Amino acid sequence: MTKYLLKRIFYMLLTLFIVATATFFLMKAMPGSPYANEAKMTLTQRHIMDQQYGLNKPVIVQYLIYLGGMFKGDFGTSFQYANQSVSSLIMPRLGVSMQLGLQAMILGVVLGALLGAIAAVKRGTWVDSTSTVIAIIGRSIPNFVLAVILQYYIGLKLGWFSIAGWGSFSQTILPTIALAVGPMAETERFVRTSMVDNMSQDYVELARAKGFSRMEVVRKHVMRNSMIPIVTLLGPYTVALMTGSMVIENIFNIPGIGEQFVKSILTNDYPTIMGVTMVYSIGLVVVLLITDIIYGLIDPRIRLQGSEA
Amino acid sequence: MTERVLDVKNLKIDFHTYAGDVKAIRNVSFHLNKGETLAIVGESGSGKSVTTRTIIGLLAQNAEIKGGEINFHGKNLLENKEKDWRNIRGNEIAMIFQDPMTSLDPTMKIGQQIAEPLIKHKGVSKKEAWDKALEMMKAVGIPNAEKRINQYPHQFSGGMRQRIVIAIALICEPEILLADEPTTALDVTVQAEILDLMKSLQKRVKTSIIFITHDLGVVAGMADRVAVMYAGEILEYGSVDEIFYNPQHPYTWGLINSMPTLDSEELDSIPGTPPDLLDPPKGDPFAPRNKYAMKIDIEQKPPYFKVSDTHYAATWLLHPDAPAVTPPPEIQRRQKKYAEMIKKGKLN
Repeated sequence: MTKYLLKRIFYMLLTLFIVATATFFLMKAMPGSPYANEAKMTLTQRHIMDQQYGLNKPVIVQYLIYLGGMFKGDFGTSFQYANQSVSSLIMPRLGVSMQLGLQAMILGVVLGALLGAIAAVKRGTWVDSTSTVIAIIGRSIPNFVLAVILQYYIGLKLGWFSIAGWGSFSQTILPTIALAVGPMAETERFVRTSMVDNMSQDYVELARAKGFSRMEVVRKHVMRNSMIPIVTLLGPYTVALMTGSMVIENIFNIPGIGEQFVKSILTNDYPTIMGVTMVYSIGLVVVLLITDIIYGLIDPRIRLQGSEA
Repeated sequence: MTERVLDVKNLKIDFHTYAGDVKAIRNVSFHLNKGETLAIVGESGSGKSVTTRTIIGLLAQNAEIKGGEINFHGKNLLENKEKDWRNIRGNEIAMIFQDPMTSLDPTMKIGQQIAEPLIKHKGVSKKEAWDKALEMMKAVGIPNAEKRINQYPHQFSGGMRQRIVIAIALICEPEILLADEPTTALDVTVQAEILDLMKSLQKRVKTSIIFITHDLGVVAGMADRVAVMYAGEILEYGSVDEIFYNPQHPYTWGLINSMPTLDSEELDSIPGTPPDLLDPPKGDPFAPRNKYAMKIDIEQKPPYFKVSDTHYAATWLLHPDAPAVTPPPEIQRRQKKYAEMIKKGKLN
């Protein structure tokens, strides 16, 4: 297991290095510059600015300086907000985004799993059809459309929650719902299919022949086996919630990392783009590692292959 | 007279399908004596599995029991509520399934899977159940059981998994064990081991076995009595010697004739296919495939004619007015051997 983990961590670092390199050079290839009034600047002004931000050095040197800083945990200074380090810009926002993402993921996956399980157990009844319809609707409506609908009807018409902003827990509810509906719908479908598939397996029949009721068999045997595909979904969900939250954070005016990311791209704020990209990447590789570990915990077949390798 | 643990009378089961009602079990009666092994033989779709599933109350949703009774402990099992079934299943009546590769939960430790019925039915502690599971694993011949008990199904071979399934079935020491083709999915050498194991455990646990198979070779070594099933009916039943050496129904002849023996050069097969049970035949269901069939076979269902106290067959050929027919040579050979065996007093 330790050997397996070390191997995985090495690959994670390699992935992050490639992401950092690719992002850095792609960004440099982007047209435009970080300066707001580039057209009005004199050449001297430009030289001074370039020197200040280290943009006069050859690209490869800039790259090496950047990499060196990153290893020390220093992502540089933001162009947009003078004298503010990227880390201090990202950190408080990261907390906000993580809270939102986690809330949405938990709500979506738990609710989806529950709906899917009920649909599978009550297969072929109106409960099943209702659950299917909910899933189809949830899957078809883009979350930004849902966000606006929620803002209008629940926020404005009913006035239950505030339309936008961030601070109290009640303000997190609408964006959480908007973000959670997609994963919920998908989880519902996956869990239903997986459970229906598992319930027709021979081991369920054997468990019934042991004297267990249908519900006992579902609880003791089917649930655990049906969870395997959900674990697979956690990785993609993390990505979806990260990118999805960029839009949702903008709509609800939430000071999260996604909102910052969009701003930094629009202003060519190189250090911030790099910083946020790296934070996203780290988040993703860590989630993928966790996913694989959970996989092993649920399914002994995978665990053994990993540790024997 | 030997004690009967199970008595099935006039069982009738239909399956509702889109095409109509399939009359899968049509008036099946048999009984199971204490401590014996009854083999139910027949080809696919003859109703063997449906019969056993009825005995353990695990019929498919679209099945409907149209009549009959299954008496067990003086109670008709067919009147059971789901709750009554749960107390019987795995406890008094247990079942072994055909495919050991898929009948164990892939994500649960073997020990726990074996211990589950014990905790459920006997109210023992987890620790006790675990100890008993270990004991059971040793009894079914799993080497290194102390270590293996913590492993998962994928770490076991097919034969070992079937041993585990047997351990699960027998851990509550059930009175009746239903074995639905327990060796069909295994290769032949492993088959023999599993059959030996079942026989030795049967003596130890004192259980009665209903053994479902389409393999007559397995029956010969395993069963005390045999019931031959075809198209949802039992056509002939008797002791294993009576069925193997003195078969009366042409279908049984066909089955025995298509069984490979050491000196058979070419295998005979039974021509045709079983009847469509959406619209079952009026008379003897085997008549359309039977070269010995008479007019009455098609028109009227034959009753069970008594051959001996334990041997009955439903064929008009046993009627006093029936013309004498010459069975296939292999059957004649067997019947001759049977007569010799009786003369020598080898049969009781």
